Amino acid sequence: MFGWEFPPHIAGGLGTACEGIVKGLAANDVQTLFVMPSASGDEDQSAATIINASDVAVDTVSQTVEEYLDKVKFIHIGTNMIPYADPEEFSRLVEEDRVRQVKDFSISYGQKYKFSGKYGANLMEEVARYAMVGGTIALQHKDEFDVIHAHDWLTYYAGIAAKELTGKPLVIHVHATSFDRGSVDHIDTRVFEIEKRGMLMADRVITVSDLTRSIVIGKYGIDPEKVVTVHNAVDFSGRENLQVERGVKEKTVTFLGRITYQKGPEYFIEAAAKVLKRTRNVRFVMAGSGDMMNRCIRHVARLGISDRFHFTGFLRGVDVQKMFALSDVYIMPSISEPFGISPLEAMRTGVPSIISKQSGAAEVLQYAFKVDFWDVDAMADDIYALLHYPALARFSASMGYDEVNALKWNGAAAKMKKVYESVVK
Amino acid sequence: MASKSICLYFQVHQPTRLRLYRFFDIGKDSHYYDDFANRTILRRIAQKCYLPMNALLLDLIGRYGDKFKVAFSISGSALDQFQRFAPDVIDSFRALADTGCVEFLAETYYHSLASLGSETEFAHQVAKHKAAVESLLGVTPKVFRNTELIYSDAIGAQVAEMGFKTMLTEGARHIMGWKSPNFVYSCAAQPKLRLLLRNYSLSDDIAFRFSNKSWEMWPLTAEKYLAWVKESAKQDDIVNLFMDYETFGEHQKASSGIFDFMRALPEAVLSDGTFDFVTPSQATRKYKPVASLDVPDAISWADEERDVSAWLGNELQQEAFNKVYAMTEKLSIVGSPELWEDFGHLQESDHFYYMCTKFFSDGEVHKYFNPYDTPYEAFINYMNVLSDFQIRLDEARAALDVREAAVGELRGKKKK
Repeated sequence: MFGWEFPPHIAGGLGTACEGIVKGLAANDVQTLFVMPSASGDEDQSAATIINASDVAVDTVSQTVEEYLDKVKFIHIGTNMIPYADPEEFSRLVEEDRVRQVKDFSISYGQKYKFSGKYGANLMEEVARYAMVGGTIALQHKDEFDVIHAHDWLTYYAGIAAKELTGKPLVIHVHATSFDRGSVDHIDTRVFEIEKRGMLMADRVITVSDLTRSIVIGKYGIDPEKVVTVHNAVDFSGRENLQVERGVKEKTVTFLGRITYQKGPEYFIEAAAKVLKRTRNVRFVMAGSGDMMNRCIRHVARLGISDRFHFTGFLRGVDVQKMFALSDVYIMPSISEPFGISPLEAMRTGVPSIISKQSGAAEVLQYAFKVDFWDVDAMADDIYALLHYPALARFSASMGYDEVNALKWNGAAAKMKKVYESVVK
Repeated sequence: MASKSICLYFQVHQPTRLRLYRFFDIGKDSHYYDDFANRTILRRIAQKCYLPMNALLLDLIGRYGDKFKVAFSISGSALDQFQRFAPDVIDSFRALADTGCVEFLAETYYHSLASLGSETEFAHQVAKHKAAVESLLGVTPKVFRNTELIYSDAIGAQVAEMGFKTMLTEGARHIMGWKSPNFVYSCAAQPKLRLLLRNYSLSDDIAFRFSNKSWEMWPLTAEKYLAWVKESAKQDDIVNLFMDYETFGEHQKASSGIFDFMRALPEAVLSDGTFDFVTPSQATRKYKPVASLDVPDAISWADEERDVSAWLGNELQQEAFNKVYAMTEKLSIVGSPELWEDFGHLQESDHFYYMCTKFFSDGEVHKYFNPYDTPYEAFINYMNVLSDFQIRLDEARAALDVREAAVGELRGKKKK
């Protein structure tokens, strides 16, 4: 299994999902070799053997570096826009960069490469190196595995390389697509190409929701026969709900996540303004940060509701739990959300949740309130109802709590095992 | 007697900086200030500027007697911090006051935008500041200068009503047109109020450009400067040099020679004989106003625009401003001293300045004075504090209602 990160050192939700998956697979008697670019050594290895790609030297396999690059079809050119350079200057700079990269690549050939394992500026370069090292690792462990499982586009090249070198079947797991990261008109075409190539090369594609499945089929043109939905789950073991003393006596409605276009933060603001016209006994909180944050702050100021609408900035660790514990209603108005784990966390804390119909989580949550992301009137109605009709809030909190506790990775992993069995001859 | 005058006026102010106040603190912790930063910064500036420059001025007054005069306005926020963190600064100002050669002006206690937000709050803060100057420095201010030299016809009228006969403001180009700032003018709405206008070009030569080595006029000497002053005031009466007091030793470091320059300036001016030094009060006694000045929209001494856009130019600033002044009425009913004090500090113009988004033309100046990385952070922090304050205000108001209801009930019983 190729991943990009694994708890405890994670930047996004992918690492947490991978941990849930390998634990679920272990419970279903599936053993996992988990490859990641940069392991720290403090990962929990009870469910999977962790292989740190930074420890593995690239073997002298049949390919030369150039051939390998050709195969992976990758040279990283011009991630940096250079303003005010004339065309000659620009092409000279690009050429210099290309030569440097080929040189860097050659150095790593036959040697270990220290991955950052982050999501930095040289991400594309790391993705390509990960493919080289991944191929090597697959050959070294050829006799120990039956299926290759690759998580999200960062690892697809590694999965493809492993498949080509070993002939083992490839399952790719789509946690998100380019269409969930940018708006439809502004997707990263390089990432799109990698994603599409991975999906085409794969024997099976697992998607985290039917919503994502339809994107994979519709936007990437993948044969519906080989695309299978396995909904995410969430692992709450070892989690105790925090008791936090409240400072404000008003009810609190919370949005928690990256403040970016696809999370729909501005619909939340509009709904908040509508609710505040009806009642003042409520506060709204937008927790997180992102490229739309400043725009949202201005939007709130323009509406004149800053005394009831608060921003916390980026929250980490226990502050996230604290924020849930302080909330009366949780809202996820995403425009496009492959799954969306945060409402599950909210419901687990006993907070009724309103989620957009355009989220994968809406497919599995019966007791969350569902609205179209653009329907701020419906959103405002639901917020108002949850704040003012205690019976409704109590009901959705207790039913929601039971519901999310039933979403176990063991069940999801059992479905993945079936997918594996369908491709292993 | 010299036929022309120079009026030197220095502004002393330190903001009460807010601590990092998070959403989680709202309703739980009502201490809003970054005491450590406030103390550290104040002590540093006291060492670099206030104490050495006060000593220099005292020395000059000792040497030239009543021929050398200056004026100060010290905000109440600064006076508060001097008392807490550097009482020796108060003593040194008091020593200057005792010479009789130094005039102290009135302003809003909290260096606030109250003149734009609330008439009653404006009057309240001016009275509070006047009382503080009287008790700490032993002199009664007669001349008014508003926060950041903010002025309009309407503000002028209100200041005149408070009993001031002279007010300082900016010789803003868009107001002056072809007119020279080097005369006394009068307020269009209230002709009895005299106006002294800052000569921004000559003031900024000292305040902003003095140590700039890429300035073609660098280095600036007292003789060279006097020649410019004479050139500027060929046909005119008075040159008003108004600047932040922190210019001396803080904005312009001691190593730039700023103290030597100031030591040499009175000698150069007085031996030349064209100019004498006057305080603002003396200036308006000595010179008659040459015309009235129409200022329908507020002006100030800040930024290229010389208007109030540094504090109220964007939607964040306007929102915060509207929210804080919307509390005035409720607060006057509650009347709790602690709430009044926090309310005052929350009105300091600096908080709004930190939310300014004019990065380009005056970005450098804004950045220098700003403890926040972005205006958005400044806004969020301020609004969090204001939310806590609003909760306390509402609670105090509710408690008052309960008390009044109980008193009313008691009286009703007695009647029976």
